[in-house]
Parts: sequence; C-alpha cells; structure tokens
Amino acid sequence: MLKIENLHAQVADKKILNGINLKISKGEVHAIMGPNGSGKSTLAQILAGHPSYEVTEGNIYFDGKNLFEMDVENRAKEGIFMAFQYPVEIAGVSNSYFLRTGLNEIRKYHGEESLDAIQFLKLLREKMKLVEMDETFIHRPVNQGYSGGEKKRNEILQMAILNPKLAILDETDSGLDIDALRIVANGVNSLRSNDKAILLVTHYQRLLNYIIPDFVHVLMNGVIVKSGGKDLALELEKFGYDKIKDEVFA
Amino acid sequence: MSTIEELVSKEYEFGFVSNIESETAPRGLTEDTIHFISQKKNEPQWLLDYRLKAYRYWLTLTEPDWPNVNYPKIDYQNIIYYSAPKTKKEIKSLDEIDPELLRTYEKLGISLTEQKRMSGVAVDAVFDSVSVATTFKKNLSELGIIFGSFSEAVREHPDLVKKYLGSVVPYTDNFFAALNSAVFSDGSFCFIPSGVRCPMELSTYFRINAAETGQFERTLIVAEDNAYVSYLEGCTAPIRDTNQLHAAVVEIIALNDAEVKYSTVQNWYAGDKNGIGGIYNFVTKRGKCVGKNSKISWTQVETGSAITWKYPSVILQGDNSIGEFYSVAVVNNHQQADTGTKMIHIGKNTKSTIISKGISAGQGHNTYRGLVKMSSTAINSRNYTQCDSMLIGNKCSANTFPYIEVKNTTSSVEHEASTSKIGEDQIFYCKQRGINSENAISMIINGFAKEVFKNLPMEFAVEAQKLLGITLEGSVG
Repeated sequence: MLKIENLHAQVADKKILNGINLKISKGEVHAIMGPNGSGKSTLAQILAGHPSYEVTEGNIYFDGKNLFEMDVENRAKEGIFMAFQYPVEIAGVSNSYFLRTGLNEIRKYHGEESLDAIQFLKLLREKMKLVEMDETFIHRPVNQGYSGGEKKRNEILQMAILNPKLAILDETDSGLDIDALRIVANGVNSLRSNDKAILLVTHYQRLLNYIIPDFVHVLMNGVIVKSGGKDLALELEKFGYDKIKDEVFA
Repeated sequence: MSTIEELVSKEYEFGFVSNIESETAPRGLTEDTIHFISQKKNEPQWLLDYRLKAYRYWLTLTEPDWPNVNYPKIDYQNIIYYSAPKTKKEIKSLDEIDPELLRTYEKLGISLTEQKRMSGVAVDAVFDSVSVATTFKKNLSELGIIFGSFSEAVREHPDLVKKYLGSVVPYTDNFFAALNSAVFSDGSFCFIPSGVRCPMELSTYFRINAAETGQFERTLIVAEDNAYVSYLEGCTAPIRDTNQLHAAVVEIIALNDAEVKYSTVQNWYAGDKNGIGGIYNFVTKRGKCVGKNSKISWTQVETGSAITWKYPSVILQGDNSIGEFYSVAVVNNHQQADTGTKMIHIGKNTKSTIISKGISAGQGHNTYRGLVKMSSTAINSRNYTQCDSMLIGNKCSANTFPYIEVKNTTSSVEHEASTSKIGEDQIFYCKQRGINSENAISMIINGFAKEVFKNLPMEFAVEAQKLLGITLEGSVG
C-alpha cells in the first residue's frame, strides 16, 4: 500500500531524513519509534504533505501512485489520514460542520452521494460512542477549548468518520492520561482491518501495550536503524534508545 | 510562493458602467453649486438656508487627519456634486423608468419591477444623486409607514424632515457631515408611526455610476413609540481608476420602546490589486435612543471601498435604552479601514454591546476605533466590547484603539480583544481532511465572523457570507 524509497528531506536547509526505506502492506500496523529529533514527526508530516518540508531525494508510492504528484487534499481523498500531534483550533466552526464538509468532499471524489445533515448526524453519533465523546462536541467549535485528551479523541473521531486506508498517528499518545490512552487505543483498534494500514509514530512504548503493532522500526538521525516485531518496543522500553545507538553506531 | 500569498484576484463583480444620459452640476463647489442642487430639487427656502449654513461652516473646517489611513489630498473643487439620470417628465410608475436603469439594477440582483421583487423586502434605489424608484410604497403607506426618497419626503412631509434633520448629526459635527449637509442630493427617508411593526425589510440600494462624481446621500429613519423596523443598505460602484468620494450621513431616531435594526453590506469598488481607484467611503452614521427602553442596532459587513472611515454610533439618552454594534470589516490588497463605533451612555441602566471582527489580507490596514462613554447621569449602565482581528498573510496589519471614559461609579465597561492569524497550519489541517484551501478559508473566516452574521437578516446573511468568500478569494491559497 505504501512504499517509501530512499527518502531524504530537510526543513529550512536542515537535513532531517537521510534515506528512509519502508514498506507497509494492507492489514499491517507499523510503529515508528525514536528519540526526540530523530525525524519521526517529519516523516508523518511529509506523508500528509505539509508544505514546510522539502523532499530532496527519494520516492513515495501510495497504492502505486506517486505521492509527490498529489496535493494535500488529494492525498486525504485517496485515503491518507493523519491524526495531528497538535490538533489545530478553528473558532466558530462546529465539529459536525467541519467533518461533514471533509467527508462529503472525500465522498464526492469517489463518486458517492453526499450525506445530508441528518444522515451525517447519525454516523457522527455512532462514531462518537467509540471514543466516548458526549454530544456537546457535535456543536462545539473544532478543538477550541478542548483539553489535550479531548483533542486527541477528536482526532480519532475524525479518523473513524473519514475511514481512511492509511492512518498515521503522530504522537497521539503524548499528553494522554491512562484512561484517555485506553479510549484512543480502543478507537484505533476498532478500525483495524485487513484492507487498512496504520502507522503509529511514538516516543514511548506504552501506546503499544494497547495497540499491538506487527512491526516496530527505530528511527535515529533520520534513518531506520533497526526493525523488528513487537518485542523490539519492549526491548527499547527496558534498555532505552542508548543501547541501540551503541549497537548501531559502535 | 507560499500558499498564503497566492490568492488575490477575483474581478469585482459589479464594476460595469451603465450608459445613461445624465444631467450634472458643473465641477467644483461654490454657493452656486448649492443653489443649483437646491433648485434642481425644487427645495423650500428653509432647506436651502440649511445647506448654505452648513457650507459656510464647512469652509471654516479642515479635513481631519487623525484617522489611521493614508490618501492623497482630495481636491474638493475637482468633484462633481450632482449627477442625475435625465428624465423627460415626472415618473408616475415603474413602467416609465429608463429600461437601462432597470437593467442596471437587474444586473446588480435588485429587481425593481414588483412582479419579480425580492419577497418581503421593499427597495429604494438610489442612482448617483437621485432616488430612481421605491417598491412596495403603497403597501407600506397603508400602515402609515413612509418609505421613499429623501427629496420626496422634503416635498411631502416637510414638517417631519425639518423636525429631525440634523437632530442626531448636526452639520457642525465634523468635516464630512458639514460637507454632506451642504450638498446632499438624495437618500432614503423612513418613518414608522407609533405602534407599527414594519412587516418587511426596508432596503436602500446605492449605486454610483457617473465618473468623478461624489455621492452624498442622506438617510433619515424615525421610529415612533413602540415602532419597529429592520433596514438594510447595499452599495456598489463601477470599476474606475480614479478615486470617488462617498460622504453620507445616516441619522436614526428611536422614541419610547422603539427598535431600529440597521444592516449594511458595503461593497463599493475597492480599487485594483495595486491600489489604483476605488471609493473613499467617509460616512457619519449615528442613532439616538431618545425614548426609554428603545434600541438601536448596527450591523455592518464592510468589504469594499479603497478607504473606509466610519463609526456607526448610538447615543443612549433614554433610560434602559440599548445600543449594539456588530461589525465585520475586511481589507484586502491595498484597502484601508478605520472603523468602529461610539456608545454614548446618558440615560440610566443603559446597555451597549460592541462586537467587532476585523479581517486583514494582502497589504490591507484595518483599524478598530471605538469610544465608550459613561456620563455621570448614566448610572448602572453596562458595556461589553469584543474586538477580534484576524490576519491573513504577513503584509497586512490590524490596530485597535479603544477609548473609554467613565464618569460615574456604578457603571461597568468590559473590553476584550484578540488577534489571530489564519495560519498555514489551519489550512493544512483542513486540507488534510479533504477540504480545499478556498473552502477552508471561507470556513475559517465565516467561523470568525459568525457572531456578526447571525445578526443579519437571513437573506443578507447568505449574501454577506458569499461576498466575504469573493472578497478574500485569492488571498490565501
């Protein structure tokens, strides 16, 4: 589904990614772990198409299509979703209006009928249960005045509504208490299926206790230095990133 | 190019010129010009005297330079002060109006033929210096409501005009009010008698067509005891590369328990991308809550004009009276706006609310300037002010100048202000959810201005939202 080849990228002349290779197939859950500044979030942002990052070398293919030929909204319409590390506030725009607009754009792209307000509300209510959000969030402005945990749950709600093929979760666990973490993880797990893939970007192992990955990759200085199964995350938790650093750069 | 710099270029939709033969005053301003205007309109002596007094007073004034706007000096002798479509005879019905005029208004989306009228809205159409048509007059007059051109009101209801003209904005008020009082040509007059609730929206549509002509209209709205009216004003002008002056005066009087709601969607030509041309909109608008429990509410959506200078205000004289000001002011390209309000509290238990939303894009300058004054007599009065500014891109600016004067110990004044920026991040977020940048901008802007839009009459709220989208189209990409 996703193929990243020799990806090099920089932001404002600072090199961040130095040759990433990664393949994700349908049904898989991959976790990218790494210390601060290793380039994890940059990778997520580049997949979504953030304009601040400049790709200097390499290719990314999504379902066989060249990702760099698609602009941000077309990537979304093709089925790439990113849960933001810092969800953005939009004053005066209700959650339901925002999401319905997005969903209908995506449906239109696939030649599907738009949902009217009533049909959408039904879908929204159903998905809100999944992330245990109460009904007041239907009309509250997007992310404005939400707690950190509420913002993250709202990201998962959006994911559930937009139903992407590839979901990228950028540090979705950061700043969550244990209850919120469980709710978010439940939301993500309920979306796991054979025809979808999930890419988790995280600093800590604890999210992976709830969302069990198929593959774990360790990112350092902009390259994947080690890949393995879910046990690799436990190893990291136990010995820290320094041990891997010693192994790799010894 | 950053996405934010990209979007600046929907052509102004109403920039066409109508080919209409008109009768104009000679260029420049002297006492002769005033005699000319007064004579053209067959005015009574008292009104001519009023104009001349205003003119002589105006000569003693200098143009104010305190607004936070820049423009080359206006040559007041190089303006044409009167221009009217030529008519061969008195028009008795809409059928006799020059079809070209009717077509002009059709093109603007305003139908003057009553068969195709906007439902529930009576329109007074002002073309350059004169009112060309008023719809629904008959239906309204059955209720005792007078709605029509100012000139007609001078002829048919001189006592009312004489009683209220200048009672809220005296000609001594300021430079542009004095100029307007001297040369005003036409405008709307609206009178709602005691106990009548006006059943439809009253609306005036101002159109400047002739070149190098100033428009100096005068609007007077009187709501007697227990009366209610909702009034809307719309404006457009052709695209021209010279600046044109629009210096209007609007006066509103609300007696006991009366309510007047005044909404403006201002879409004068704003000049081109390089700041060439456009209307100078220097307007004095003021309402007076004369009676107790009266209410005057201003809602404005300001998207056009090269320069906007206006402060729709309320004098809260009657006890328990209420003043409101809701404003969205948008500047793009090289537009400049210095706008806000004055709430002058005189009566007891008076209340005012100010919600101002400034949006700056391109190289626009947007200034909010507001005065809240609690006089010593205005005991137990309250004001709440909220001024929010939104910046799009990084070449524009926003300023807020609140003035607060409190002369008693029982009143309270609250002021909140914020500045935000439509960031790449907000747009990126929307795009990541499948929403393209144009829709994202319009969504963000409309969310920002929502508190103001909800105060507009339904039909106009929709129009205003669209207009905002058009005005900012191209300012973010």
